[in-house]
Amino acid sequence: MVEQIIFLALLTLGIGLFVRSIQKIRRNIFLGRPLQINDRKAERWKLMGMVALGQSKMVVRPLAGFFHILIYAGFVLINIEVLEIILDGLTGSHRIFADVFGGVYNLAIGFFEVLAVLVMLACFVFLVRRLSGKPARVSSIQLKGWAYTDAMLILGIELVLMSALLLMNAAEGAMPHSDKAPFLVSAFISPWFLGFSPESLHLIERTAWWFHAVGILAFLNYLPFSKHFHIVLAFPNVWYSKLGAKGKFPNHEAIKKEVELMMNPSAEANGAQPQGDEPIKFGAKDVADLSWKQLLDAYSCTECGRCSSECPANQTGKLLSPRKIMMDTRDRLEEVGRNIDKHGSDFVDGKSLLGDYISEEELWACTTCNACTQACPVNIDPLSIIMDLRRELVLEQSKAPGSLTAMFNNVENNGAPWPFSPSDRGSWRQS
Amino acid sequence: MAELAAEGKSPDVVFWVGCAGSFDDRAKRVTKEIARILQHVNLNFAILGEEESCTGDPAKRAGNEFLFQMTAFQNIQVLNGYGVKKLVTGCPHCFNTIKNEYPDLGGHYEVIHHSTLIQGLIDEGKLRIQGGTYKGKKITFHDSCYLGRANGIYEAPRAALLALDADLAEMKKSKSQGLCCGAGGAQMFKEAEKGNAEVNHLRAEQALETGAEIIAVGCPFCHTMMSDGVKHHNKEAEVRVLDIAELIGHGLQ
Repeated sequence: MVEQIIFLALLTLGIGLFVRSIQKIRRNIFLGRPLQINDRKAERWKLMGMVALGQSKMVVRPLAGFFHILIYAGFVLINIEVLEIILDGLTGSHRIFADVFGGVYNLAIGFFEVLAVLVMLACFVFLVRRLSGKPARVSSIQLKGWAYTDAMLILGIELVLMSALLLMNAAEGAMPHSDKAPFLVSAFISPWFLGFSPESLHLIERTAWWFHAVGILAFLNYLPFSKHFHIVLAFPNVWYSKLGAKGKFPNHEAIKKEVELMMNPSAEANGAQPQGDEPIKFGAKDVADLSWKQLLDAYSCTECGRCSSECPANQTGKLLSPRKIMMDTRDRLEEVGRNIDKHGSDFVDGKSLLGDYISEEELWACTTCNACTQACPVNIDPLSIIMDLRRELVLEQSKAPGSLTAMFNNVENNGAPWPFSPSDRGSWRQS
Repeated sequence: MAELAAEGKSPDVVFWVGCAGSFDDRAKRVTKEIARILQHVNLNFAILGEEESCTGDPAKRAGNEFLFQMTAFQNIQVLNGYGVKKLVTGCPHCFNTIKNEYPDLGGHYEVIHHSTLIQGLIDEGKLRIQGGTYKGKKITFHDSCYLGRANGIYEAPRAALLALDADLAEMKKSKSQGLCCGAGGAQMFKEAEKGNAEVNHLRAEQALETGAEIIAVGCPFCHTMMSDGVKHHNKEAEVRVLDIAELIGHGLQ
């Protein structure tokens, strides 16, 4: 009974803290500009099924994709067992599903054990990969500080949790007259416990059980502070992702109204009213100027670096890294969130995403080629953030590079980006 | 176009030449080939001439949405004024902007890139290619971002190359994973940011790795970038950079 009460308390605490973290992230995301995305629902569900659930973009790199799917499948399926752990913990039962499902139960646990081994194998491969420095995008060469620690921690925690699961089953299998074990994989570990007393075996089994249960709750609460949160946000992020041609950059409605008024002053009478009290923002300087979808993108990023490794600017040694754009956006958003927690929502810290996190040099290196959006396994769109920040530089701060200002002048005066006369447009026919 | 309209006639299609196609010497040769193909199949087409203006693509992608929209509105006014329904263009940037970004500003047209036009004409049997010139030659195609990833057109230019009986070699990065030439996003009009290499040099290297004698392109900016890249590797004597329209045009009788 005491055990049940402790378990209930831990479970409540674990879920409660998790919900609180989620609410904070939700609040942060909705600091972004409003944006309505609810069109083409059938297409969105299908896309989510393929890209998020089916991991169709992960397998573009087959080896990494394969091992990722192992961990992912393990995570999803082994979690069915977590349901049993919760029920056992609450009711004081032992392997409550064993009596319900009979023979199928042993089969299922055997299957989970095989998965656990595969997950451990994949985690091991990924650990070695990160330590070996190849590819650089996942190693400490490119990922510094917390980003690298976070990645290593996740793999370590998963290895430990899976070990606890196998150890628990093995200890049970080693017990004399065990009516539930042995299971497929742990049967091979049980012989390690040869000569252990039933009491010690019971203690090992219980310790592993508690370790696993508490470990899962702790890991759950680690997620919102980690890149690993992508396992949750990948789904909504893909659902809300940009559909249609990648080449279509969004139309800026506020600017459209301004231009309409400018070109046709009588349009005001036809409903093209100037904006209300809100000052119109033409670009994005800080995270609150971005849309909530762009902020969701930032929280969904798991820092795999596929975007940057495909980026032409990044491949040629320029400062721009689409991954850094996403990590900066998340870091800044978290900072803004912490400021709100501490000082209230009106607090201004004098910092901004543009300038304090992302530099002009990074932004001007982009070729808008969409390689990053194509590469992202969860359809994150770093390009849209780059474009919004560029617009801020040009339209709000008049900070376009000189050569681009010259190009603007040419387009405006000659109708071409070069200083040629429109009257020469037909000259190709004579030459 | 103005002359046709004055006579009360309307063309089947407007050939949107684009700024590069109008003013860049290398791109002008491509423009002529596109016109030759259009004439060859007796398509009734017109150009806007002086009335054509930049689509605004470089302005928008450089962050100047105001200038983009002003230019776009002017073009849309001209096009709608003539009642234009269909456009063909040799520039993926013009193609993308008119096709995807003009509708929100009131410009609704069917726009096709010349590679799609050529593929269609070949499929319909209207364009018969004398494969002799390029038969068996190793050709690699460089996907331009605004045709490929931006609009999912990967097969049309390749179909045109296959019609030449050429030996089509793919680069290690192609189609949806193709590497940009370095010109997009208004980079064409500015110095590249600091780095340890130029994008077009890297892309040209990938193209040269295939051992192709010809690097085929479908974009005037890629054309410039790839030509410069080939020169950087001192291969301009052995490897030529040609537009799909030139390859097809050369095969016409």
